[in-house]
Amino acid sequence: MSTSVTEQASPSAPGPEVRRTRSPLLDTALVTFLSFVLALAIGAVLIAVSDPDVAEAAGYFFAQPVDTLTAAWDSVWGAYVALFQGAVFDGSASTVQGSIRPLTESLTVAAPLIVAGLAVALPFKAGLFNIGAEGQIILGAIGAAYLGFTFSLPWGVHLLVAVLGALLLGGLWGSIVGLLKARTGAHEVIVTIMLNYVARFLLAYLLTTTAFQRPGRNDPISPTVDQNAQYPLLLGGWSRLHLGFVVALVAAAFVWWLLNRSVLGFQLRAVGANPSAARTAGIKVERSYVLVMMIAGGLAGLAGSFQVLGTEKALSGGVSAGIGFDAITVALLGRGSPTGTVLAGILFGGLRAGGVTMQARTGTPIDIVLVVQSLIVLFVAAPPLVRAIFRIRSAGSVDTLQVSKGWGA
Amino acid sequence: MGSVSATLTPAAAPQEAAVATEPGAPVSRKTPISLSLFAALAVVVFGVLAPSGVSSTFALSLPGDETQLTPLTLPSQATGFALGALLAVLAAYSWLLALQRRHTPAWLTIVFGGVWLFAFLVWAVADKAMSLTGLLQGSLLLAVPLVFGSLSGVLCERAGVINIAIEGHLLAGAFLSAVVASLTGNLWAGLIAGPVAGLLVAMLLALFTVRYFVDQIIVGVVLNVLVIGVTGFLYGRLLVPYQDSWNSPGTFAPIKIPLLGDIPVIGPVLFDQSVIVYLMYVVVTVVHIALFKTRYGLRVRAVGEHPAAADTVGIRVNVVRARNVLIAGAVAGVGGAFFTLGSVGAFGKEMTAGKGFIALAAMIFGRWTPLGALAAALLFGFADNLQSVLSIIGTPIPSEFMLMAPYLATIFAVAGLVGRVRAPAADGKPYIKS
Repeated sequence: MSTSVTEQASPSAPGPEVRRTRSPLLDTALVTFLSFVLALAIGAVLIAVSDPDVAEAAGYFFAQPVDTLTAAWDSVWGAYVALFQGAVFDGSASTVQGSIRPLTESLTVAAPLIVAGLAVALPFKAGLFNIGAEGQIILGAIGAAYLGFTFSLPWGVHLLVAVLGALLLGGLWGSIVGLLKARTGAHEVIVTIMLNYVARFLLAYLLTTTAFQRPGRNDPISPTVDQNAQYPLLLGGWSRLHLGFVVALVAAAFVWWLLNRSVLGFQLRAVGANPSAARTAGIKVERSYVLVMMIAGGLAGLAGSFQVLGTEKALSGGVSAGIGFDAITVALLGRGSPTGTVLAGILFGGLRAGGVTMQARTGTPIDIVLVVQSLIVLFVAAPPLVRAIFRIRSAGSVDTLQVSKGWGA
Repeated sequence: MGSVSATLTPAAAPQEAAVATEPGAPVSRKTPISLSLFAALAVVVFGVLAPSGVSSTFALSLPGDETQLTPLTLPSQATGFALGALLAVLAAYSWLLALQRRHTPAWLTIVFGGVWLFAFLVWAVADKAMSLTGLLQGSLLLAVPLVFGSLSGVLCERAGVINIAIEGHLLAGAFLSAVVASLTGNLWAGLIAGPVAGLLVAMLLALFTVRYFVDQIIVGVVLNVLVIGVTGFLYGRLLVPYQDSWNSPGTFAPIKIPLLGDIPVIGPVLFDQSVIVYLMYVVVTVVHIALFKTRYGLRVRAVGEHPAAADTVGIRVNVVRARNVLIAGAVAGVGGAFFTLGSVGAFGKEMTAGKGFIALAAMIFGRWTPLGALAAALLFGFADNLQSVLSIIGTPIPSEFMLMAPYLATIFAVAGLVGRVRAPAADGKPYIKS
């Protein structure tokens, strides 16, 4: 099967007389927007039907049908308003800082999602599906945290050293996948899934050793990282937004440059498009696999460093916080492009940050965010379905997501 | 892919049979090399480095059994040496075969693995006592959801649809079976609800992969997130606040089969279990026969290996695929029901905890066959239970490394370090009729 995000010819291609009213880019944006609307709508149904107040009103639905609808509306509206207030702008706050803090919080949460999303998006281009961001984040976090709390270095140097540690360990973990794929043909999806668990148990083990466990504690948590090793805050004490967000944007720019302006990027895309043709053209396919997975691992490791040097300030068993899995949805929603990944990362960062507020204010479990996220990606991946639901015509091609090959070949 | 030959299709020779390869073809020495390494490891660690003068004790009966057997007591170090020597002999035989340009047969690897595991047990239990029956019983219970999950994977992937969503099937099955059993107060209703939930998830999988040709791995990954989200949401919204009515299903009581249940060691392990375990025996048998002994199975395998050829002879490829995905979802859903109705007795948030991925590993490790998947699932269940038993009696190995073992074993398997595993040729490739 095709090995990159490809455009497949539509089985029901419109006739030549169909006017091309929308550009493919606009069409993509439209499908993405409609997917978002659909996902929120399904989320709303889930919120409404599971609300005890709604159920109570539904008990006398035939006597007072309006009551049920009002209760459902209140339930959904309350949850989504709180979500928005937690993600973007909180008008109820008394200060300016308080009202825009949700936005900065969204960006803070988005930073690791963006780099981890890039760690998934970049290998897409080379025809590899990296499900292992979770494990690579964990290894990066281990490297950053260990260097961060064990040593005491001057300001600036310490942060740099700790971040390098994260890049190195994450890159190493990623390159195992590339090496195994290049040398033995082991499928990267299987290897990365398995390495996620290996990394998790490795972390659990390390946090029981004296080198990593915080003195005087029995639970799996490391000492706090040195002040000099932490990412500096960008806006002062009122927001958690730290330098990591800027680093994430730089990383995205780097990936864009790598893919579109460098020789290696050209080779990666060639390998992704057709490995056999790339090999014939003299590109070292195996080397590309190792390199791209090493870079991807480094990017995911960077996300780990954001966690321990930016927000959490210590290594714990749950340091990866599922970012590696969200990263897959981020990269898919971003359609594998660096710009798209940044935008998708900010969107999902907002959903994550807003979900916390929503749960605190309305008691709506934050898990609804996972539902919305996964539904968006499902719909985005199948534009024909979205078009069928909204009865809009295709702009010419069916761009069904196809990124990976089968296990066997 | 690394080797060009890997892209060749189903005609690749069966690897496990002890047949001579074509003259001139290179013979892989990976198997004898790895067997030798494991044998050496066993001799050194379980023999040379084992504590001398102590013994390992294995209890063979449970306290309530009618016939009480005397516990098996073995001298730790001497047994380690003896088993190590046996392993060395097996490795040497594998070398002999390799030098005659022949492959190491599967039975040899299996026997080797079994002996190695026993040597490991003797070493780990040195100067201590452990109940062998209890260990095996716990292993089987941990393996049940893995068996259902990996069978679901086999059913899907034999038809050419990659199933990464096993975790989602299991979780959905666990959730719905607990809820339905609680609300109706009927465990059997819950047992029916489990496969229904798996079926619902499978319908989404089939819709997106078979109907809309979306990348199968993507759909699987995203469906897992969706199921985690939906079950987590409803758990927080309904199951926690209204636990008595929504989340207290209870569990199936074990049913002892007369006569068979009285066999020492094996009886309590295999024939004194809940109905879901017996259902597992049935499903494994049925899936094996259906896939390899019936016309249905032949068609499924044809679709998974060479859909275009299957289409040519009139098999409706995507219908077969969709049907198999649905059956697979239902099978995994039963495994999900085991979490709530078979063992815990209540649903917990993300209670499957990655078991779906171990099931995926078991399917790969079992070479995409029902019996292989069964064996691998039992092995992984054994490793899981061994880990918890050893962490209670105290062990020389940190439990985290034991927990890693199934995942590492799978990586070794797909990397071809312990024999080669090969997926169905068309696995993961959407079939778009041209």
